[in-house]
Amino acid sequence: MHRIIRNIRVMDPSDGFDAVTDLAVAGGRIVARGMLPPDFTAGEVLDGTGLIACPGFIETSFQAHTPGHGRDGDLASELRAAVAGGVTQVLLRPDTLPMADIPAVLQEQRILADRLALANVHLSGALTTQLQGTALTEMAGLAAAGAIAFSQAKEPVLSAALLRLALSYAADLGLPVLLHGEEPELAANGVMHEGRLSIRLGLSGRPAAAEQIGVQRDIAIAALSGCPIHFPHLSIAAAVAEVVAARQRGEPVTCGVSIHHLLLTEQDIGFFNLHAKILPPLRAVAERDALRHAIAMGAITAISSDHNPWGVDREGMTFTQAPFGIAAVEWLLPLALRLVDEGVLDLMTVLHLLSVGPAQALGLPVPSLAVGATADFCIFDPDSYFTVETGRQWSRGRNLPYGQWELRGQVRYTLVAGRMVFRG
Amino acid sequence: MSAATFRFGEGNPQYDAQGRLRHLLSTEGLRERELLQILDTAESFLSIAHRSVKKTPTLRGRTIVNLFFENSTRTRSTFELAAKRLSADVLNIAVSTSSASKGESLIDTVDNLMAMQVDGFVLRHPEAGAAHLIACHLGDSALVVNAGDGQHAHPTQALLDVFTIRRLAGPIENRVVAIVGDVLHSRVARSQIHALSILGCPEIRVIGPRTLVPEELSALGVHVYHDLQAGLRGVDVICALRLQRERMVSHRLPSLNEFYHRFGLTPERLQWAAQGALVLHPGPMNRGVEIASEVADGAQSVILQQVAHGLAMRMAVLTILAGAAGGE
Repeated sequence: MHRIIRNIRVMDPSDGFDAVTDLAVAGGRIVARGMLPPDFTAGEVLDGTGLIACPGFIETSFQAHTPGHGRDGDLASELRAAVAGGVTQVLLRPDTLPMADIPAVLQEQRILADRLALANVHLSGALTTQLQGTALTEMAGLAAAGAIAFSQAKEPVLSAALLRLALSYAADLGLPVLLHGEEPELAANGVMHEGRLSIRLGLSGRPAAAEQIGVQRDIAIAALSGCPIHFPHLSIAAAVAEVVAARQRGEPVTCGVSIHHLLLTEQDIGFFNLHAKILPPLRAVAERDALRHAIAMGAITAISSDHNPWGVDREGMTFTQAPFGIAAVEWLLPLALRLVDEGVLDLMTVLHLLSVGPAQALGLPVPSLAVGATADFCIFDPDSYFTVETGRQWSRGRNLPYGQWELRGQVRYTLVAGRMVFRG
Repeated sequence: MSAATFRFGEGNPQYDAQGRLRHLLSTEGLRERELLQILDTAESFLSIAHRSVKKTPTLRGRTIVNLFFENSTRTRSTFELAAKRLSADVLNIAVSTSSASKGESLIDTVDNLMAMQVDGFVLRHPEAGAAHLIACHLGDSALVVNAGDGQHAHPTQALLDVFTIRRLAGPIENRVVAIVGDVLHSRVARSQIHALSILGCPEIRVIGPRTLVPEELSALGVHVYHDLQAGLRGVDVICALRLQRERMVSHRLPSLNEFYHRFGLTPERLQWAAQGALVLHPGPMNRGVEIASEVADGAQSVILQQVAHGLAMRMAVLTILAGAAGGE
């Protein structure tokens, strides 16, 4: 359908364009930004007054439990949540059940995603069999089945020698590898950040040093083959600094951070609040502030919601039993706007970190609202305030620490290749 | 089970909406006057043990469930006896780890017992936060006493320890207390530290090797020592802790022998403390590991008094929590 959005503020971080104008969409592409073709007729005309259009967001870490059990969400429920959050592209994590370490699983994911036709679904293949770090997967076969990246999800590779071989093998195929940089023996079975609060609660902790060492090691090993790597969720500034240093040496290394690590701290665990249990763990206040400084300095490529839904069964588990994760993809933009309101980043930079940055990290075409670009975009109302009500979300996940938070920036429309996939 | 009953992280869940102590989950965050009320109530129950009729009607008609997911002799039997002396009906459930692994969740177990109209739970569980989980789930519908959750808290043990100190060593406001051994993994030590701090203990020391007594413990308001002689100098009370054999497997110690040589309480080392310093141990003891038999059985040991005090303390805690419920 041909569409015109009139009088809308277009913010395009790919070229810095920021003006109130008209947008025209036809044939799945942006056909005009500004002056419309004189003979252009549209099936739908939207009034964009007071709204902002920006490229659709790209979620680099998306757990949809497909294939999987279903009780904690599936591709349908989680993609509906994603498009409700203005997300137009997601990269599936390989730690599904069964795992995405053989081509057949990716083929199934592809068929399901195509049938749903919501957000664009990108597939990742496991870097090692069962993510166990003991054997290489058939990476060429996974690439042929559609993998655009290889990933270790939340599992570090214990053997440095095997990681070296896996990255060398992946480098032949030219696809980026997503790593969870953490020294596994030092992190052991920790369920939260190791520090004063873990000692107070009697919970086992994961020291910050484990992440620093893991990231250092993975960068050094990647340099042996030149394989591009991305750390989708770092939680300490010292690890980000390792990434920056590698990039200054010319190595293809990038990193992202979850929005949760920029907003929350270990203190949000309070008295065993399961909803604040994520991996890597929420850190101390000083570390959160250091991460904010790093992102303001341009050291971080992408912001992710690290979407990982868990259904109601998790609510009955103890803090130690409960699996890690937060399901917040629907509120990725409103949460990120907190960084604008708190003076950490300007709006254009936030939009860049949600769209252009993730595309660069994953080697995807840079999303844009320029004429001729694919019409993947989102329209949001920057001034609509709302209260987060848990239990009323699209995601089947109930693991959300933001209940009763007052946020702004609700997504009104999400378009994927010109099709309206969400209307708020 | 509705998600709305979970109100994690919203204040201290052992208090109800009116600010009354509804559950005893941890000594952390207790108010001084409540702590003193518990100690004074325990005092009144001590004398009952010496009467020929040892029962009071306080909890007549109520049912208390001892729900134990870990082995225990002292704690379980004193809770059982405490509830019985208060005239409650007592249901003892020992859930072995193997049957828990058959799949029933803790919440489901508790809900099933609630369907039998019970009034309170005494819970021991190997995971930190388990008592908080069921207290948040139950809210005002039943009382919960934490009888040990993982490495987090064991409030009634700490309360009976401060009770013992107050009775036998005098006012806590001017007593120096040292806790010796595996503080990092000890729920007893954490609860002792909070209780002693709230009661105005001027100096709490923790003593042990850095692998069991990390510097971060100072965040709890204690002084950290890695040398026994320096740590014991001038202390009025020594709380020994049980050293578990798992610590050897996890390489936190080279051997039990070496621990004994560095940190075991012997009669000679007792001389480093103030004269007549009290020696406490929450049990079960490893004789010859954290404590020499001469000390455990010696004149300064109050280990068996602790057990007697434990009974009075558990009667006091059940009475106070049930009283809050009865006042509704």
